[in-house]
Amino acid sequence: MSSRRPRQSGTSSRITDDQIIDLVSKLRQLVPEIRNRRSDKVPASKVLQETCNYIRNLHREVDDLSERLSQLLATIDAESAEASIIRSLITQ
Amino acid sequence: MTPKGVSLNPNSRKTKFARRFIFALSRMRNPIPVSSSIEEEVRTRSHKIKIAAYLSMARAVGSRRAWSRALLFKLRTRARRHNMIIRRRSFRLKKKRIIKNDPQGEPSQTKKLRQLVPGGKTMDMCSLLEETAHYMTCLATQVKVMQTIADHFAK
Repeated sequence: MSSRRPRQSGTSSRITDDQIIDLVSKLRQLVPEIRNRRSDKVPASKVLQETCNYIRNLHREVDDLSERLSQLLATIDAESAEASIIRSLITQ
Repeated sequence: MTPKGVSLNPNSRKTKFARRFIFALSRMRNPIPVSSSIEEEVRTRSHKIKIAAYLSMARAVGSRRAWSRALLFKLRTRARRHNMIIRRRSFRLKKKRIIKNDPQGEPSQTKKLRQLVPGGKTMDMCSLLEETAHYMTCLATQVKVMQTIADHFAK
């Protein structure tokens, strides 16, 4: 999957603009910030910006949750915890 | 404990991730008291938990996606380097690496996105957007499951 140098300026032989527009609109639907606004008025750069912010937020949440889990793990008993976690996930 | 009418799909990404992650967590109980302070212990374990979370999610997705392949590769090489204790030299080399990207009409946010998504540096624009969408949904699932587990422990 090497990236070929495009012959014309801005257009590649394999990637069309329509494909990119479709994918950007798909991303729009996934990012919660943008989903609530009217989708046709959000430019692609804003979508990419919000996507980056959203992914960064998720990374930060993973860090915080790891920290929290680490502190909690120190204080509980493993055996009963496993079974009860799985039970709680099933009944979610 | 009656289920709320929601059936658990044993093959869903969420279940696969949850199972692997919980298994990894259960293996982290270290009964042997470590000589370092408690904060240090909490911090090292928190790092291990974070790696386990990303690893579990990447494994649950498998090699179907470019980002999961890239993430698995990165984590495995990092683990190997960690074991061989040549970390310092490889960190220095890592900083000097220049992202050679074809800047043909790409918006500036694309560069940031490439740094955030695993394997994004070498993807073309189309694949990058596809992988980003999949990566985002998986990350959101990961966060939700971790949140559930943490809330459950906190009770």
